Amino acid sequence: MFDDLQKRLSSAFKRFRVSGVLTEANMKEGLREVRTALLEADVNFNVVQDFMARIQEQAVGAEVIKKVRPEQQLVKIVHDEMIATMGPSDPTIRFEKTGPTVIMLCGLQGSGKTTTSGKLARLLLSQERRPMLVAADLQRPAAVEQLKVVGEQVGVPVFSEVGVDPVKLCQNAVIEANRKGCDTIILDTAGRLHVDDELMAELVQIEKKVRPHHVYFVCDAMTGQDAVASAAAFNKALELDGVILTKLDGDARGGAALSVRKVTGVPVKFVGKGEKLDKLEPFDPERLVGQMLGMGDIVGLVEAAQATVDAEEARIQQEKMAKGKFDLEDFRKQIIQIKKMGSVQDVMGMFPGMGQMTESLGNIDADSEIRRIQGIIDSMTPRERSRPDLIDIGRRRRIAAGAGVEPSDVSGLVKQFDAMASFVKQMSQMSMLDKIKAMTGLGRAAASNPMAKLMTPKVGTGKRLSPKEREKLRKQREKEDRKKRREQRDQPGA
Amino acid sequence: MAIKGILERFKKGLAKTAQLFNVRSWFGRKVDQAFLDELEGRLIQADVGVAATSRIIESVREAFADQTADENLVAFVKDQLKELLRDPSPDALTVSAKKPSVYLIAGVNGSGKTTSIAKLAQRLRDQGKSVVLAACDTFRAAAADQLSIWAERSGCEIVRGAPGADPASVAHDACQRALARGSEVLIVDTAGRLHTQTHLMRELEKIKSVVQRQIPGAPHEVLLVLDGTNGQNAIRQAEVFTKSIGCTGVILTKLDGTAKGGVVVAVRQTLKLPVKFLGVGEGIEDFQPFDAEAFVESLFS
Ligand SMILES: Nc1nc2c(ncn2[C@@H]2O[C@H](COP(=O)(O)OP(=O)(O)OP(=O)(O)O)[C@@H](O)[C@H]2O)c(=O)[nH]1
Ligand SMILES: Nc1nc2c(ncn2[C@@H]2O[C@H](COP(=O)(O)OP(=O)(O)OP(=O)(O)O)[C@@H](O)[C@H]2O)c(=O)[nH]1
Ligand SMILES: [Mg+2]
Ligand SMILES: [Mg+2]
Repeated sequence: MFDDLQKRLSSAFKRFRVSGVLTEANMKEGLREVRTALLEADVNFNVVQDFMARIQEQAVGAEVIKKVRPEQQLVKIVHDEMIATMGPSDPTIRFEKTGPTVIMLCGLQGSGKTTTSGKLARLLLSQERRPMLVAADLQRPAAVEQLKVVGEQVGVPVFSEVGVDPVKLCQNAVIEANRKGCDTIILDTAGRLHVDDELMAELVQIEKKVRPHHVYFVCDAMTGQDAVASAAAFNKALELDGVILTKLDGDARGGAALSVRKVTGVPVKFVGKGEKLDKLEPFDPERLVGQMLGMGDIVGLVEAAQATVDAEEARIQQEKMAKGKFDLEDFRKQIIQIKKMGSVQDVMGMFPGMGQMTESLGNIDADSEIRRIQGIIDSMTPRERSRPDLIDIGRRRRIAAGAGVEPSDVSGLVKQFDAMASFVKQMSQMSMLDKIKAMTGLGRAAASNPMAKLMTPKVGTGKRLSPKEREKLRKQREKEDRKKRREQRDQPGA
Repeated sequence: MAIKGILERFKKGLAKTAQLFNVRSWFGRKVDQAFLDELEGRLIQADVGVAATSRIIESVREAFADQTADENLVAFVKDQLKELLRDPSPDALTVSAKKPSVYLIAGVNGSGKTTSIAKLAQRLRDQGKSVVLAACDTFRAAAADQLSIWAERSGCEIVRGAPGADPASVAHDACQRALARGSEVLIVDTAGRLHTQTHLMRELEKIKSVVQRQIPGAPHEVLLVLDGTNGQNAIRQAEVFTKSIGCTGVILTKLDGTAKGGVVVAVRQTLKLPVKFLGVGEGIEDFQPFDAEAFVESLFS
């Protein structure tokens, strides 16, 4: 059980030769394996049924690309569709201009709310916020004590009271936050089952009286089929704004995330990857999808391996660059290093005066462009990376298929790369910030960067929207809908 | 709480599951692929898992292909599940001839270990036994405080260490205390850990070996606490924990919601680990011995 999907697929496809196009008949077994993989990843049964129908539609008639095995192609289709379903990652928390921003965490028992409260507080501290934790779990033994310890570890105040109900307590907490000058409040609520009407009503009361700006559902990555029922119930009661998926540091496939996303439309914001309070990461849909399909957490492995060689690597690369000996493999390593610092947008936002620059990025999504470039390089063999001149038409098509881009994008990258020799020399003298600016086509440094051309958005004029833009619009709509529903629900007699 | 009350609670919790298995709607239908697909969907949605479900489906197909579904088919499916879940050994916990009987409790984070220990301790106290609790979770914030409160409520003694102390040394002290007091039962609470964290699994093995050294024959039960809302990952948990510390049974928690706890079927199929108790609420009384007949019947009632 839990075999690699790719392995299982190849054995399914071995039984008959797939030639020409993928058809319903020749894909049947392969799709069966995909379905099993999704179910074993705990993706909800109904979500899987629905998903498989869409996949089949897409895959039927898709031409089998030469040199790419059909199972790989099918995995790619599945992979991409899943990532599309998950939506792009958006770990930002919007803060109120006036008054404290209130974040409420809710979820089933033991899902990780209290720990995540501490993690969020820690994250907010690093963003120059002044958070306050609120011990709204008056139910579980030593829950308040637990949050106090967590607060102390992070170094943020913890508000607690005895002899009041959680609703009143949360209201008092807001007053206290104002008094103390805390600008962000995190409500750690008691765990509850979504079928517990009494406790759900209590949560709704808190929501009505305190009006949190963000309500996050904390979901255990190991949750099974029932994830959908609980998330839907919490969403119905509270209009969730985001999901935080915890305990992803194990080998849970986290299929719950896909189901929850599909059923509620609420995006996953963060993932918890450990008990310690620094183990909170922005949600990375690609990585989770890799995990769900059992394709191994490849990115994670690369990064872990990378971390140990980072320092040495940086030195070697610096030298190579200075000498103009810089190949695509080196470039790829640099991308990974930069990505590790966070999202390009975020990294830039950390520098004074760069905030505006980030805004001016507009719909050029630097992160996804960088990902796209990395995707292309990832699909090359090591040999191709050091000798891009070897890349002929056949290889180009294979690389493009692997990366999900057009073959012309591959040749574009290679061509630009040739022109990079002098540029990388310059880069070696640049600061990290300048490198980022150069690579994303911003600032003066970009003028000399042939790579920057790759970053220009393909679509952006006229009526057609890029998938990114569509997604953005959709999210905006969803958000407004949620707000509207919340307001409607609150209207007496509605 | 009266037994009947508990049963009611349990049934209420499983009511949603029962809807899934609304067997009446099966009667009179032809046992064809569409029927089997539906049956499969229902089992999967109860977290029974793909492999375990396939086996059940295959056996139904063999026995009933192209017949009309009736009581016999229902009985057949029930029997399959009961057969699988039935515990050949009595569902009571092993009692050591020499005091104390030691029960080691382990599981992933937040599965319900500490609460289940409270429930188990209460049960043993109700039987008039003296119980010592060992708070070997020295890692999670206020974990020992949590167990202390439960110890007080159930009238047990607790042995705890400073935060961050070596859990094995707390286990050692607790063994000594239980021996000195002549207590009948020692229950060891451990920190939650994911089965993939090898260093933490080793820490667990160390706790076990310390207990073994202090009290020959101990631990008499190694109970794995599985979250009933967990899906297929519970199988991995069961595999790895069993390999590491030789689990002897399972406590399945949080069955008071809509969760099906069906993963127990898969756990049973792959590991033969018997389910000992069910957790059906956050209260100290919300606990009951597992009964395969009742479990499966409740699914269909
Ligand atoms: N491995 C791992 N453990 C986690 C993570 N997040 C939380 N935990 C652990 O999960 C357990 C439960 O976490 P809590 O934060 O107490 O969960 P909760 O939702 O507040 O629980 P209740 O308040 O009892 O409902 C603890 O042992 C935490 O240390 C995570 O991302 N990874
Ligand atoms: N509804 C319900 N909640 C339960 C049940 N058992 C435990 N819980 C709740 O689940 C949460 C976690 O329980 P704990 O006993 O703290 O879990 P644990 O395994 O000791 O957690 P860690 O020590 O942090 O790994 C608490 O909020 C408990 O009240 C149950 O059977 N039903
Ligand atoms: Mg909590
Ligand atoms: Mg505990």
